[in-house]
Amino acid sequence: MTLLEVEGLCVRFPTRRGLVRAVDGVDLTVEEGEVLALVGESGCGKTTLARTIVGLERAQEGTVRFEGKEVRGRGRARPMRDYRRRVQMVFQDPTGALNPRQTIYEAVAEGLRVHHMGQDEERRVADALSRSGLRPPERFFTRYPHEVSGGQRQRVVIAGAMVLEPRLLVADEPVSSLDASVRGEILGLMRNLVDTTGVAMLVVTHDLGLAWNIAERVAVMYLGRIVEVGRAEEVLQSPQHPYTQALLSVVPEAKHVEQQILQGETPDPAAIPPGCRFHPRCPLYQSGDAEELGIAQQCRTVDLGLAPIANDHVVACHARA
Amino acid sequence: MTFRFVSRKVLGSLATLLFVVCFNFFLFRVVESDPVSALFRGRNISQQQRQQLQHDFGLDKSKPEQFVRYLNQTAHLNFGFSFETRQPVTSEISARIGRTITLVGISTLLSTTIGIWLGIIAAWRRNTPTDYVVTSTTMAFYAMPDFWLGLLLLAAFAESFRWFPTGGIVNVGSGATGLSHLVDEAKHLFLPGLTLTLAYLGEYTLIMRSSLLDTMGEDYLTLARAKGLRDATVRRRHAVPNALLPIVTLAAVNFGFVLSGAIAVESIYSWPGLGLATYNAIRAPDLPMLQGLFLLFSAAVIVANLAVDLLYAYLDPRVRTA
Ligand SMILES: Nc1ncnc2c1ncn2[C@@H]1O[C@H](COP(=O)(O)OP(=O)(O)OP(=O)(O)O)[C@@H](O)[C@H]1O
Ligand SMILES: [Mg+2]
Repeated sequence: MTLLEVEGLCVRFPTRRGLVRAVDGVDLTVEEGEVLALVGESGCGKTTLARTIVGLERAQEGTVRFEGKEVRGRGRARPMRDYRRRVQMVFQDPTGALNPRQTIYEAVAEGLRVHHMGQDEERRVADALSRSGLRPPERFFTRYPHEVSGGQRQRVVIAGAMVLEPRLLVADEPVSSLDASVRGEILGLMRNLVDTTGVAMLVVTHDLGLAWNIAERVAVMYLGRIVEVGRAEEVLQSPQHPYTQALLSVVPEAKHVEQQILQGETPDPAAIPPGCRFHPRCPLYQSGDAEELGIAQQCRTVDLGLAPIANDHVVACHARA
Repeated sequence: MTFRFVSRKVLGSLATLLFVVCFNFFLFRVVESDPVSALFRGRNISQQQRQQLQHDFGLDKSKPEQFVRYLNQTAHLNFGFSFETRQPVTSEISARIGRTITLVGISTLLSTTIGIWLGIIAAWRRNTPTDYVVTSTTMAFYAMPDFWLGLLLLAAFAESFRWFPTGGIVNVGSGATGLSHLVDEAKHLFLPGLTLTLAYLGEYTLIMRSSLLDTMGEDYLTLARAKGLRDATVRRRHAVPNALLPIVTLAAVNFGFVLSGAIAVESIYSWPGLGLATYNAIRAPDLPMLQGLFLLFSAAVIVANLAVDLLYAYLDPRVRTA
């Protein structure tokens, strides 16, 4: 069943350079109990999308539906409050995500108090800590964030999210600030929590290997828009969008394909090209193949959405339409 | 907080105090090698009187002997007799210390609380007219030297408008008692207190504002908001307490400056506290008095710093284990 449904979402920031269209018409769904990886190069709007989904950024256009009901409004409105419990966020840097003056117990218990789940608070906190791999939990109650390791800190953040029994966990590069040696452990923990509690997870990452390891589905984002979504094996083994192909060709494991270094400068979300937003850098278009296929005109002028090419595999490319 | 942490801080402060005590001895011997002639400058005294005085002050002994005598006396809080009044320095100081504590205490309390409050407002409404008004006004007071600010306020509110007395602690010969006496005192305290408050307010406002702005960018505030905490609660529970940490340090560093500010302000308003006593002792010059005051001020600054070190460790768990 569909848990989260994002439709036509636009988030724009007025800046001195002009209107930055960080998220520009995103369509995306997260199914119950699945792990969806959101990949894309730096600056394509992944963090903005994640923050908008959890309600930290306001969308100018589009809708977010959670369990079939539209999420709107801010702050105190009852449905929003409920939503803030059922959708939890994990940040990239656990050191910044924890108040240095709060003990680990306080950090985990805070959410419970906000949502009036304070009955048997201590048991709930202990439970969340031990399920996040901090055992025995009592030993961590009175410690401060600076007294535990970076990996343990991320476990505290995860415990603070899981204690609220969320349906969706939005994790923005949850391991990229951690030591390489503990990344695997934390990812294993997150995968385990998904399997045991049935929580769904949206993981933002620019590490395709990570996406391969823990995600059921992968969504590829380019310049504020999702350009390809499908099951992890399909997207990563037979990518259909030229952008996904280029992303994958530079992964060290992908030796069998020819490396494609993308042409042109890194795209500017304040000046999104007309037509297919990828065409100025698209190998297919630049090599003249698009011309041969007779779609070059469309590439330059027609902005297209996602279209299915196989079961559960959707792509936004004129060459695949 | 560990016993080791506390004892290390206390021992450190004692060492500093000991250094100041020793330094004090040499400082005043370098400044003035012959206090007797300084004291009776321009007056005739007989050779015999002179010797008697030198003996009284212990100046006929060798320097090491003088030093030992000085240490012994200091340990017994005996700083000798004032050249001016012939009273023990200790009693001169204890007669005045309350007034300075009142003045400095009230204005420090006001400048920190009002400064912090204004800083929070300015940070929370950053880049709005409220922010600009608060920031520029407090900045203006901060930029003014305290004696200058004191003279301005004196000229305006005591001499032109005559709303407040120009100096002293009570109206001479009023003989009022009870409540009206208290009101009279408060009126006399108002302008010197206002001067010191305004002079230090700006710094607290600006530091609190920038500290809070720094803190407001932290992820844990965003996370708390994402969890459903209201903005006001996030501010009260997470942002402000963490932003206060630099203020604690600033208050300790400022303590020394406030004392020196008190010297200027007490002189301007003839507020008969330790500041005015210092001013008079410098003019005389009254070396034993100066020596006692200097030691007291140094000790006060050292104690303030110790208190802040301990308070800081209590407030910030990261310091405790360091
Ligand atoms: N508050 C903001 N004000 C102005 N511009 C913003 C703001 N937040 C994001 N942007 C811009 O929006 C674009 C997308 O940023 P975002 O952080 O979402 O990218 P990202 O995909 O998460 O990148 P990275 O992989 O580097 O984290 C960037 O060009 C960024 O400069
Ligand atoms: Mg990001």
